[in-house]
Order: sequence, then structure tokens, then C-alpha cells
Amino acid sequence: MLELLEAWLLRPNFLAFVVLFLWSFSIMVTTRNLVKQLIGLYIVQTSVLFFLIAVSAKSGATVPVLLPGADPVRAVEYANPLPHVLTLTAVVVQVATLGVSLALITAMYRTYGTLDEEEILKRME
Amino acid sequence: MTFSFEIPLLLLLIITAAGATLVKDLVSAVFLLGSYSFFLALAWAWLGAVDVAFVEAVVGAGLATVLFLLTLFGTAPRDARIDREPFSWPALIGLPLLGVLLLYAASDLPEFGDPVSPASQHVSPFYLENSLRDMRTPNVVTSVLMDYRAFDTLIETVVIFTSGMACALLLRRRRT
Repeated sequence: MLELLEAWLLRPNFLAFVVLFLWSFSIMVTTRNLVKQLIGLYIVQTSVLFFLIAVSAKSGATVPVLLPGADPVRAVEYANPLPHVLTLTAVVVQVATLGVSLALITAMYRTYGTLDEEEILKRME
Repeated sequence: MTFSFEIPLLLLLIITAAGATLVKDLVSAVFLLGSYSFFLALAWAWLGAVDVAFVEAVVGAGLATVLFLLTLFGTAPRDARIDREPFSWPALIGLPLLGVLLLYAASDLPEFGDPVSPASQHVSPFYLENSLRDMRTPNVVTSVLMDYRAFDTLIETVVIFTSGMACALLLRRRRT
């Protein structure tokens, strides 16, 4: 038990990821307002990306931009660039999909006149 | 690794995220979400991911907030529901179970800031050591994004183009 507690205290990033992920996921599942659900979705996505970046950090390392005159380059002196690249792609794609879902919501509002999920289901009948 | 500056940032992240999901007025919720994005960008810059921090500050905090606000001004800017949300049993049982599993697995993760963690072992040192010789670019993130993994970025632009087209088609006013 004490061992587990120590494992959590050594990884505060992971704790923050778990809290953000579970909280916003529960908001996504339970809220009936469509914009609120999208806010929850956005936080879920960014929390996962935050975890990826937290894995890439190395203590005592600098940003992955090579210093002048660094030859040969020692990999332990720079943060891991690979999660950064994957996260860059994911951030942009995430905002693109967010735009599509917001456009869908706008189209639904034009047809049904509400953003409440249950109201929409009622008016569809 | 010292966490002196990191703990307040993480707390701010959690507080702004909770505010964005709990506030009834949706415009305020969107602005709280924008501040969440900025704190996230700060945390990423602190962790050494400056490129991702720039992108998050511009695209996440800027563009996503603008998109949300445009949607809200075209629709209902208030969460009209007064009564509480109906109780959902699967969420109430499933999510704490998932949380317990995640927290139980925490001790198996490599320590954060570990320079020899598995994530930074295989291909990542190759990129760091060879990118200056191969690309003459000091920024390793740029050289991986634009050269080693250029196809990835190409397909990403296809995704963005498709989503832009989908938005235009969805928002087109029907002439009837």
C-alpha cells in the first residue's frame, strides 16, 4: 500500500492525467447538452496527449533543439522528440474533428431548435 | 526531477477543466476551456515540448475557442436544463473501476524524467543523433515531422482538408 502511494507521488503527471481523463469522460457520458459533451471530449483528448508528452520528458534534458557545436550529439541531453511529433499531428487533427462535430451540432440546432440530447430525441419522433 | 513548479500547474489544469465542465453558461465554459489550453501549453513548455506548446496555444486555445464561440453564437449559448442529469449506472460503476485499474498500474510505469525509459530507447536516439547530419536542421522535431515522417504529415493535411470540406457541406444553407 505504502509502495503504491509512493509510486503515485513520484508520478504527479500520471495522477493529473487520470483525474482529468476520468472526470471529463464522466461528463461526456452523463451530460445531455451537446456542447458540454464536446468540451468533455476535448479535455479527454488533451489529457491523453498530456500523458504522452509527460512520458517524453527527461530530467536534466533541454528542449529537442540541438545546441551549436554539439558533435557528436548525446541523446540523453535532449528531450525525446518522437512523442512531440506525434502529439503535434494529434493536436491539429483533434481540432479539425472538433470543427466537424461543431458544424454537425449547428446543423442539428437549425433542424430541431435545441442542443439538449433528450429534447432532440423527443422532437425526432 | 523536481516538481516544485509542476504541482501548481497541474492543480490549475484540473481546476480549469472542472470549471469548464461545471459552469452552466456555455460561453464562460468555453473561455475556461481556453484558459485550460493555455495552462496545458505552459505545462508542455515546462516539460520541454516547446513546439507542441506553441501549437496548443495557437490551435487549441485560439482556434478551438473561436470555433466553439461561433457555434454558440449561432445556437443556444446557455445550458437550458435546470434539473439534474439523470443517473447512469454504467458510468457510476465503470469509471471508478477504470480509475482503480489505472492507479493500480501506476507503479509499472517508468519514472517520469527517467532518461533511459523504454519510450526514449529505440528509434528516438537515432533521430536525435542523425538529424543534424541528414537535414542540417537543429530542430529535431521539425526534421522528424517534415522529413523522416513526412508521409504522416501529408496524410494529416488530407484529414484537415476533408474536415474543412465536411464543415462547408454541413453548414451550407439549403435553398428551398
